[in-house]
Amino acid sequence: MSAAERSLRGRAAIVGVAESSLGEVGPGISSLDLIGQATVRALADAGLSKSDVDGLFTHSAFFAQPVLTTAEYLGIRPRFADGTATGGSSFVGHLWHAAAAIEAGLCEVALIVYGSTQRSHGGGLVASGAALTRSWETPYAPRIPASAYALAAARHMREFGTTREQLAEVAVAARQWAKLNPAAFVQDDMTVDDVLSSRMVSSPLTVRDCCLVTDGGGAVIVTSAERARNLPRPPAYILGAGEATWHMNISQMPDLTTTAAQESGRRAYEIAGFGPQDIDVVELYDAFTINPILFLEDLGFCAKGEGGAFVSDGAIAPGGSLPVNTNGGGLSYCHPGMYGILLVIEAVRQLRGEAGDRQVARHSLALAHGNGGTLSSQVTAILGDESTL
Amino acid sequence: MTDNVRADVESLSPETAPGTVFDRYAAEGVLAYQSCGDCRQAVFPPRVLCPSCGSDDLGWEPSAGRGTVYSATVIAPRGKEPYTVALIDLDEGFRMMSIVTAGDDGAVAIDDPVTVSFRLAGDEPPLPVFAVEADR
Ligand SMILES: [Zn+2]
Repeated sequence: MSAAERSLRGRAAIVGVAESSLGEVGPGISSLDLIGQATVRALADAGLSKSDVDGLFTHSAFFAQPVLTTAEYLGIRPRFADGTATGGSSFVGHLWHAAAAIEAGLCEVALIVYGSTQRSHGGGLVASGAALTRSWETPYAPRIPASAYALAAARHMREFGTTREQLAEVAVAARQWAKLNPAAFVQDDMTVDDVLSSRMVSSPLTVRDCCLVTDGGGAVIVTSAERARNLPRPPAYILGAGEATWHMNISQMPDLTTTAAQESGRRAYEIAGFGPQDIDVVELYDAFTINPILFLEDLGFCAKGEGGAFVSDGAIAPGGSLPVNTNGGGLSYCHPGMYGILLVIEAVRQLRGEAGDRQVARHSLALAHGNGGTLSSQVTAILGDESTL
Repeated sequence: MTDNVRADVESLSPETAPGTVFDRYAAEGVLAYQSCGDCRQAVFPPRVLCPSCGSDDLGWEPSAGRGTVYSATVIAPRGKEPYTVALIDLDEGFRMMSIVTAGDDGAVAIDDPVTVSFRLAGDEPPLPVFAVEADR
């Protein structure tokens, strides 16, 4: 790793965060409207105005050129724009790209934004562009993305004895956190048995092992650490990040039980100067219940193969040994096609101590981990308050 | 048969799209893969460079069509027959997604030995699919 990358540690901070309307926004509201809502609210949170924004970072499955469509709608003419498109992890990647761009002087105030009306559009994942490239998987009709994660779960069960009950524990923990979050889409009681007895989508995953399909969006404002200190909200410093991409199609993933989070996490920890034992609160992209199990292993919170045991007995639920997905996650809070922006927002709220009933006790250091594609892109960011600099 | 297919394929222009060569083999009932002339890596899906070493010296080899199930998932669409989508590790060292039909016990399990066959559907290229071997 270069000295230049290392020197980005703590040089930029998140100074504003906001969600758009979430859940089911109804007909007429477009994904651009949600992008607009989130932008207005995040700028207000940051104490900045739209004219301060000179860097735009976005991705969407709704537009072919997301940066252009979004900039036009918002009335922003960014001097630096980044449309990095690695699926749901994109927005965690944007965070690190924004830190680098700000440090290089390419922009001063970065807006990272996303909005989607996937639920109001009838469910299915909105695809980016037409399928003009031959797929070597589609002819077999896997239910993508669910089947890809199901294959990983099945292999994890085979290699390590992970059980369906342990997968279900992840969904139950998420639901318990969601009950503490007024913005969560589903809040009703749910047990391990409820998860196991739900409709099977792609074995061993039932519909309750799968994330929600909701509308929603969010925005994050990033600026230099110097400027952040003169703004109203406590800065969430970007202490380090790592991005890793090993494949796109699940059939090309070398080992279904080891994700690229192993690499992204190692680099993020190295830059931040912290390890898993130091992290107070963890936000992991939980598109499916196998995800947190894989990521807890690959990010060093437990040994490879022990993720199932690690999440058992409420360990990641409220009151457990490690707070994971404190907003209720993609499984119970909100999953608008891509979830990455929302896990960054939750990490910042926890660091600020403004998470209400779900606020964790110690909250100086947060890890936000994004996943994209079919376990394809992994991006880890470590955020901290002033004491961690 | 394989020798005839090989002669047929070798008569193709070297610029022929890799996917087209694959289909030409498949039309004769052969599951083909590429082998890197520099690092010997087995390569699938077909492409124009070796994803391992970057060499463009890729030659075609016939697979024996036998492998093992690396992972599997059952999909049961409402009102339709359930089917098993699996990742198959071929004995020659490449992996592909496919559909696997079960053996006598009705289930497909990880590590089951499987053999290829080709499914024909309309104008589509013949599709390699797999079945669990009864005894191997
Ligand atoms: Zn090679």
